[in-house]
Amino acid sequence: MTASIETLVNKEYQYGFVTEVDTDTIPPGLTEETVRLISKKKEEPEWLLEWRLKAFRRWQTMTEPRWPNVTYEPIDYQAHTYYSAPKSVKPLQSLDEVDPELLKTYEKLGISLTEQKRLAGVAVDAIFDSVSVGTTMKSELAKAGVIFCSFGEAVREHPELVQKFLGSVVPYSDNFFAALNSAVFSDGSFVYVPKGVTCPLELSTYFRINAANAGQFERTLIVADEGASVSYLEGCTAPKRDEHQLHAAVVEIVALDRATVKYSTVQNWYAGDSEGKGGIYNFVTKRGKAFTDAKISWTQVETGSAITWKYPSVILQGDNSVGEFYSVAVVNGKQQADTGTKMIHIGRNTRSTIISKGISAGQGQNSYRGQVKVLPKAAGARNYTQCDSMLIGNQCGAHTFPYIEVANNSATLEHEASTSKIGEDQIFYCKARGLNAEHAISLIVAGFCKEVFKELPMEFALEAQQLLGISLEGSVG
Amino acid sequence: MLKITNLHASVGEKEILKGISLTVNAGEVHAIMGPNGSGKSTLAQVIAGHPGYEVTSGSIEYDGQDLLELEAEERAQAGVFLAFQYPIEIPGVTNAYFLRAAYNEIRKAHNQPELDPIEFLDVMEEKLTVVEMDASMMQRSVNAGFSGGEKKRNEILQMAVLEPKLAVLDETDSGLDIDALRIVAEGVNKLKRPDNATIVVTHYQRLLNYIVPDHVHVLAGGRIIKSGGKELALELEAKGYDWLLEPVTA
Ligand SMILES: Nc1ncnc2c1ncn2[C@@H]1O[C@H](COP(=O)(O)OP(=O)(O)O)[C@@H](O)[C@H]1O
Ligand SMILES: [Mg+2]
Repeated sequence: MTASIETLVNKEYQYGFVTEVDTDTIPPGLTEETVRLISKKKEEPEWLLEWRLKAFRRWQTMTEPRWPNVTYEPIDYQAHTYYSAPKSVKPLQSLDEVDPELLKTYEKLGISLTEQKRLAGVAVDAIFDSVSVGTTMKSELAKAGVIFCSFGEAVREHPELVQKFLGSVVPYSDNFFAALNSAVFSDGSFVYVPKGVTCPLELSTYFRINAANAGQFERTLIVADEGASVSYLEGCTAPKRDEHQLHAAVVEIVALDRATVKYSTVQNWYAGDSEGKGGIYNFVTKRGKAFTDAKISWTQVETGSAITWKYPSVILQGDNSVGEFYSVAVVNGKQQADTGTKMIHIGRNTRSTIISKGISAGQGQNSYRGQVKVLPKAAGARNYTQCDSMLIGNQCGAHTFPYIEVANNSATLEHEASTSKIGEDQIFYCKARGLNAEHAISLIVAGFCKEVFKELPMEFALEAQQLLGISLEGSVG
Repeated sequence: MLKITNLHASVGEKEILKGISLTVNAGEVHAIMGPNGSGKSTLAQVIAGHPGYEVTSGSIEYDGQDLLELEAEERAQAGVFLAFQYPIEIPGVTNAYFLRAAYNEIRKAHNQPELDPIEFLDVMEEKLTVVEMDASMMQRSVNAGFSGGEKKRNEILQMAVLEPKLAVLDETDSGLDIDALRIVAEGVNKLKRPDNATIVVTHYQRLLNYIVPDHVHVLAGGRIIKSGGKELALELEAKGYDWLLEPVTA
């Protein structure tokens, strides 16, 4: 059994290649000057520079959170580079202007930015290190009035929208990593779906870290106006490098009255080698605010990164609003994940669902950390939490940290938790029916993750399948 | 078809099988009986290739090949089937998906094309009738939340679908009421062909009223202490095992 688990777990990371491009990279270090330089390079308006500087000053007074159940060498923030951009990327008129090397990179990753080969029904924004290298299907989206562009472009073209919503869900002072991001964020994606519009395409952003020693600090802002709806996908990879790389992103979602936003992530940052050398430190703040009758749904499949610190959350601001969190987090080798969600019930009859599946293999440590908070006015609030852990092998760990605060006694909360082990007996049973060990593990894990996988859009279900070496067909219904 | 010669197997330091020899020819039904803890399940698991048991000496020849050289899945692909005494649950994986995966692995091993879910439905439909099982069972997770009887019937369903050459049924009758026992036994009988063979491990004679064995063996203390025809089962039913055991413990 162990041999087969090891082959599954130690599959070569396929996305570990490096792209040779000329970059405009600023020297390592972080001071007020760095923040000004980034803002200047991006030709930003004064108000945004001011916002960044406030964030930076606040960040200097903050300390890194110590409560996550992860251990790592102290991060020297002065040793990192906070801006790196391929030189060839200027504001683009069309995708024809994208550097062929970059297009090739995305082709290798299975993401086609060229017109002919694109996935039907999906618009893609590709972020390479700090900048967007191209957004596809813009004209189709424009017809529907949907804005989907890089964050930088949104600042130039739609400053009023950005200014209105930036920081409205995750204030720059929110936490150490959010403050850092607010000070130095380089690019990211921006989405605005107008009133009553159902976005005609799946929107997708593909994040790629390439440069050595460069952190990635993207910022995504999604606004669904009243009655609008949109589904958004995010994928991530990075080259194999021996040094740890820092990724501190912020995602903000605003779902106005009756709007629906579905946000899906397949996170496959480089996890480091089996000795724990290299890999991405993934410290991400993701949060949405749902107004009256609105719904925000997070689905995540987290397989990469050396360290994951991430709690996609929903503030259930409006009456009858709905928040969902579906998560699969896989750790192996020396990976550590501390992930979960927060559901903050403010409005009446607000509902939230949390389904978390943690899979630990190798020497991986997986922690679920979830908060359900019901405020005094949230009469009739309901939460259902299900938190399952699966262990593969004897050296890994699974931990659960639920926090529940209820200030309205008409609320209903349900919590279920389980821990299971992929047993030799389960694998043997499959083998005795003709399945090899790898197939057996895939099947058992797919069964375990079923409730989450069925929430993923098709394109991502396929990617998740490849990632976990899982055959989903039929077993997920 | 199957030739076991002087087989010794242990778990850790503990020897469980202490020299088993057994020959099973195509078309035959063999019953293995014996007290609890005598090593019946161990023998069944060793035939199927459970990695937890170490074969310390002896050999198993199956269809002219050295069975002990094969991984468990290769044995299954070569037509060896074990109906588990305690079938294992696989939550979240539908019975239909699991069975088709198994069916296709075996077809692949024989260079036959795999069946898609629609084609497989036809195979299923026919086999479900063999064990009088409702099609809705196919959408439930493998053995999860099944009653004891449902689990055993599900094993026979798998056997019906996979059409093994050598089937080993490990106490498939335990815990079954009389109706379920009849269904399971009839299922096994329907699947009997001149070119396959069945080893029925059982505690009780009653199953052998339905599945009539050609040979009966008594396993005790890791050894076959007596073999005979079907009348041996009746004798055991009447006298118990003690009359056989005494010389062994002496
Ligand atoms: N995995 C195991 N580890 C330790 N002891 C075992 C194991 N499997 C079987 N045994 C022991 O071997 C003996 C035979 O068990 P088993 O083959 O299950 O008997 P039976 O099926 O005839 O009741 C028993 O004493 C049992 O406790
Ligand atoms: Mg037994």
